[in-house]
Amino acid sequence: MQELINRAKELLADGTVARVLGWKAGDLPFNPEPAYFEKEEDFADFVYDGFCGANLSKYMIEASKLEGKTLVCLKPCDTYSFRQLMKEHRVNREKAYIIGVGCRGKLDVNKIRDLGIKGIESVQGAEIEGSDTLTFQTLYGEKTCSYADAMLERCHVCKGKEHMIYDELIGESRETKDADRFAEVEKIEAMSPEERFAYFQKELSKCIRCNACRNVCPACSCRKCVFDSNKFDSAQKANVNSFEEKMFHIIRAFHVAGRCTDCGECSRVCPQGIPLHLFNRKFIKDIDELYGEYQAGADDEERGPLTSYTVDDAEPGIVAERG
Amino acid sequence: MYQIAKENLTALFQKIASLQELYLPVKNAGQVNFGVWSEDAEVDLDTLKSVKSPKDVFFPQSETLYTCIRNGKKLTIEPEALQEQHFVVFGMKACDIKGVEVLDRVFLSDPVDTFYAARRDHGTIVALACHEPEETCFCQVFGTDCADPAADVAAWMIEDTLYWKPMTKKGEELTASLADLLTEDDSAQEKVEAEQAAIRAIVEKLPYSNLSLEGWNGDVLMEKFNSPLWDELYKPCLACGTCTFVCPTCQCYDIKDYDTGHGVQRYRCWDSCMYSDFTMMAHGNNRTTQKERFRQRFMHKLVYFPANNGGMYSCVGCGRCVEKCPAALNIVKVIKAFQKQGGEQ
Repeated sequence: MQELINRAKELLADGTVARVLGWKAGDLPFNPEPAYFEKEEDFADFVYDGFCGANLSKYMIEASKLEGKTLVCLKPCDTYSFRQLMKEHRVNREKAYIIGVGCRGKLDVNKIRDLGIKGIESVQGAEIEGSDTLTFQTLYGEKTCSYADAMLERCHVCKGKEHMIYDELIGESRETKDADRFAEVEKIEAMSPEERFAYFQKELSKCIRCNACRNVCPACSCRKCVFDSNKFDSAQKANVNSFEEKMFHIIRAFHVAGRCTDCGECSRVCPQGIPLHLFNRKFIKDIDELYGEYQAGADDEERGPLTSYTVDDAEPGIVAERG
Repeated sequence: MYQIAKENLTALFQKIASLQELYLPVKNAGQVNFGVWSEDAEVDLDTLKSVKSPKDVFFPQSETLYTCIRNGKKLTIEPEALQEQHFVVFGMKACDIKGVEVLDRVFLSDPVDTFYAARRDHGTIVALACHEPEETCFCQVFGTDCADPAADVAAWMIEDTLYWKPMTKKGEELTASLADLLTEDDSAQEKVEAEQAAIRAIVEKLPYSNLSLEGWNGDVLMEKFNSPLWDELYKPCLACGTCTFVCPTCQCYDIKDYDTGHGVQRYRCWDSCMYSDFTMMAHGNNRTTQKERFRQRFMHKLVYFPANNGGMYSCVGCGRCVEKCPAALNIVKVIKAFQKQGGEQ
């Protein structure tokens, strides 16, 4: 982390960048927040540890409009989002100085709580080069868990250690993949239509329409969302019925299909723990099967499978054939 | 004081539910929220905080106010019936009950909100003391004692026994209706006092318990409103409504019409000051930036509300925003940022 801070200060001092977008230490051991650093003294609060899960690519849409370059710290998976946003002309590459930061998986405080660890006063082992075990001092005694058990779901199906775009790299990354990316999707595919409907009904009935999934999503970058527009009946502030609960999420999944990089932010931020990534991952799996393997954000030039036409494209009838 | 063994709680819930509707913390797809009790509901009394506060028992996220039905050339308007059935909310925590006090100030002041008032009249609250407060809790800062919740009935879960103390007439009535399940226990007071002492000892150690509210009151409006700190504080905010929707005191709502195809359902639903069309008026929006929206939320809780309600804050320290904000922002960080600035001046 010190190397990152030193380099950021250097680039700020020599005028290469006007500000640094990273994370600021929180007031609890597990709640660092995305933050801008403009002066050397600001860095006293700079932190980069296991709890820095936020994907800063989306913040670069706004940062692209600011004067001068913004140094942004991107983890390997975040760089897919950045590249996809470049393709969509939503971020300006010229306005970004990307430091690809190392990553060994990010932590999910909800998983830690689910392990029965509460009343956390301090955490050891969450540092970027920390140990494989997390040790918590809590109000109810010392507790431990393995780093991997506390990782976000997305890290168990990590896309890899490679940064898709960067100006320089700082820190080592580690392979954290220990599960099949599509295993959960396959489990749902194997359900009967009735079971599948019941599964999603149960999950989506928890939705409180806070829009956190949409607002954190790098693929959701419309200036005005159709669900916010008060000029049409599509505006929804609450789910009036179970149809609307599903409509919002299904429309969103369709809208980001082919552009979603599977960064997992939607599921990370959902206050009700809805596994929203499953919708997107189903689309990704279908695209892989119907158009050949494709990873959104792996490049910033080529047309994606859903935005280019070939005579061999899958016909809509495929849905009826496959069931 | 009365008691009932934990293993008999299902019988207690069955009994209550046979007499009136029962709301309590229920786990659904891994998350605990207040919901209606049923035989197959997975009751969870161990999780300290429900994701959403139980305010929706009195103030639902979405409720129809009236329905217009078109039948040929005839238009009929059917008002929505007010709550007429009695119901029980079991397991509310002290902070959430304080949250209802805040809502009372809003909805029971003139002009009284009849939908809310009817629910308050018909609801009996059984409060549960917080056995193991967590690091995100700061109810003590707002003068709440989570070891001694103030409701119609106060209850404590101590090991395998639930202790039950009616506090109001409503509470006495409910207790009387459960007489065959609750047993009087003369030694209960002592056990409850020991539990209360243990809870209070934990509260003293909570990281937020010593948070100072100095400088936040109804008289500092312009000073706080114009502070340059807001220029920085709002920046990570994603403009989602998580903080407002999990909050026990956020009370703003919007009124909208739902086209049913053969009429209109006029309903109201929770609104969020974080949203771009919040308080949108004919001339447009009076808060056009996220900074202004972000500032509104905290000014409302810590300045405007106390100014209009004899100093009462509209934050109760439940800590849900601390746990749930996707960008790790929260009211504590805001209070601390102003405190820090005050210290430096």
